[in-house]
Amino acid sequence: MTARVGADDLALLVLGLPFASFLLLALVRPLRRSAPAAAVVSIVAMALAFVAAFLTLQGSVRRGAAVSPSTTWSWIPADGGPMATVGVMVDELSMWMLLLVTLVSLLVQVYSWAYLADEPRSSLGRYYAYHSLFAFSMLGLVLSPTFLQMFIFWELVGLCSYLLIGFWYDRPAAARAAVKAFWITKLGDLGFVAGIVMLWSVTGTFDFWTLFTMGSMGTLPVEALPPIMFLIYLGAVGKSAQFPLHVWLPDAMEGPTPVSALIHAATMVTAGVFLVTRAFPLFRLTPDVLTLMAWVGACTALLAASMACVEADIKRVLAYSTISQLGYMMTAAGAGSPEAGFLHLLAHGVFKALLFLGAGIVIHVFHTNDVFRMGGLRRQAGVWLPFLIATLALAGVWPLPGFFTKEAILADVLEVRRWGPFVLLAVTAFLTAFYMFRVVFLAFFARPHGRRHGEPHVPLAMSAVCWLLGALTLALGLQQAFLSGHHEAGGPRWLPWLSLTLAGAGIALAWAMYHRGAIAPARVAALLGPIDWMARRRYGLDALFAGLYRGLLLALARLIGWIDRYLVDGVLNVLSAWTLRAGDRLRGLQTGQPQDYVYGVAFGALLLFVLAHWRLR
Amino acid sequence: MPLGAYLTLAALVFAIGLFGVLTRRNAVGILLGIELMLNAVNINLVAFARFHADLAGILFTLFTISITVAEVAVGLAIVIVIFRVRRTVEADHLDLLRG
Repeated sequence: MTARVGADDLALLVLGLPFASFLLLALVRPLRRSAPAAAVVSIVAMALAFVAAFLTLQGSVRRGAAVSPSTTWSWIPADGGPMATVGVMVDELSMWMLLLVTLVSLLVQVYSWAYLADEPRSSLGRYYAYHSLFAFSMLGLVLSPTFLQMFIFWELVGLCSYLLIGFWYDRPAAARAAVKAFWITKLGDLGFVAGIVMLWSVTGTFDFWTLFTMGSMGTLPVEALPPIMFLIYLGAVGKSAQFPLHVWLPDAMEGPTPVSALIHAATMVTAGVFLVTRAFPLFRLTPDVLTLMAWVGACTALLAASMACVEADIKRVLAYSTISQLGYMMTAAGAGSPEAGFLHLLAHGVFKALLFLGAGIVIHVFHTNDVFRMGGLRRQAGVWLPFLIATLALAGVWPLPGFFTKEAILADVLEVRRWGPFVLLAVTAFLTAFYMFRVVFLAFFARPHGRRHGEPHVPLAMSAVCWLLGALTLALGLQQAFLSGHHEAGGPRWLPWLSLTLAGAGIALAWAMYHRGAIAPARVAALLGPIDWMARRRYGLDALFAGLYRGLLLALARLIGWIDRYLVDGVLNVLSAWTLRAGDRLRGLQTGQPQDYVYGVAFGALLLFVLAHWRLR
Repeated sequence: MPLGAYLTLAALVFAIGLFGVLTRRNAVGILLGIELMLNAVNINLVAFARFHADLAGILFTLFTISITVAEVAVGLAIVIVIFRVRRTVEADHLDLLRG
């Protein structure tokens, strides 16, 4: 029992440290204006939080399934128990998430120090304040024991994402991307909030553990559940960039690259997957929503992968690959094994952060995002080796973590006989290897384009972080390959060979097209005419949303504006105009001539006399 | 003489004063009209005091006369100040209060 209390306190410490750092940076002006101090405060807080998260995981003891892992305090008191509670839920899921979030946050903050060294000092303070707030919000989301608390932190991470995408708010593209990300995720959040309110109205609680217990005892009103879980799933669709709400994520790449690594690859976008994993005991009761989840996830994975194949911007390629991998995780949850999706989430968080940070170095060196204008970075061993490890991990090559987690997902999808999603995911695996190696060959192996001024200088902090993440990726893979027997993952015997073949084929095709030059990319594009045409136009979805926005939302706004201007304001304007006009007419009576007033008084007196006389008679 | 005669005289004086106030264009003339109206009231007061054998009316008249003196002093002072500032005491031109 003492260990139990310790875990809660440690979890609160993990939550409190970034918040304290945020408060310090936000409220103490000199601290914010001085970049080194702000960075030190934020990084030290994050490092301590990481240590605390690690100790939480170390000190945790396995408890029986009957004991609630959450500690709550009453928040909104009401008759018959509090209406809402807040607290922390420390279980296996949240502890691993804590570790991932604190680790990636810490590394990204260290990396940012070198990456954003040219920024003005005051805006760097702002950057670290946002980062601390984000870490706090994300950790709060992870630790939430109730839907309500999770929703609050869910919106907070959305806010931080908005603030950090728009970090360079003087760039119109960044400001636009921030707004787009905010309101497209809000579309999903509307579903989420409606869902939890409906859930509360049928069950009377927001608490996960209570709901799970009700679910396992069969006291949950199952017939009311499908629409509720669908609405909650919508929140996950928005946050985790699932089709058709994925359009905000590629644009979010307008933010600084470390932000993309932390928020739009490793942590925040996985919040949707985390939500589904956390609430899976409820999703399990609604097979229709799970089927939808699997299909949408698989379609998202394939669509995003196809768009990544024709994208020239290195960060956008990575963004599409993030969407694609999120699709994988959602499909896993839809196939009934969120554990596989969650493992993929953890591994993906590590190697995708590495990919983004590596891409940050590449952009730092070339001063462009366009892969076709890069090349020849192979001499910079400090950069390309970690990037290659992460690419291999993403492509799913043995013995790196992506291979095992992806295979586990495929095995689970196969096990429940969802052939459609399985085929889509398999094609995606091939495309993943292809588009990632396309980037690698173009950026690192191609002949350098144009002249560069001497050897590019890569700051030590940046390459050190990349190496660390690369080593971690490798260690994770080796650990899974040799220490914990992955044969327990299940699935037929041919499955590993299939995924390896697909990955190998993708790599080989990329090699033939972009390195060897044996196959001209233009010919392949011509062969796949319509698909290429559609993928380059992002399947018209961005245009569709823009059209919806301009056609529907702005038209509605114009209509409401007209009603406000001419009906609501009109009535008041007419009233006030009449009053004014009446006053204008009446003021002619006030001539300013004393004698006119005397006339008035005299006639008034006369009138009174006449009236009095008439009354008395 | 009956009371009615006094009252008729007072009414005539009041009417003449009112006529003066209404028709004079000169501020001094207006003041004179006001004086006439006040004195008409005095005549009334004295007449009623006499016929009702009540000294209060006469006392009131004394007060009214002294107050009238003060009023005329203030009124003439205002007229002089207006003349200094506007170079006129014509009532038609003094319309600062016009709406």
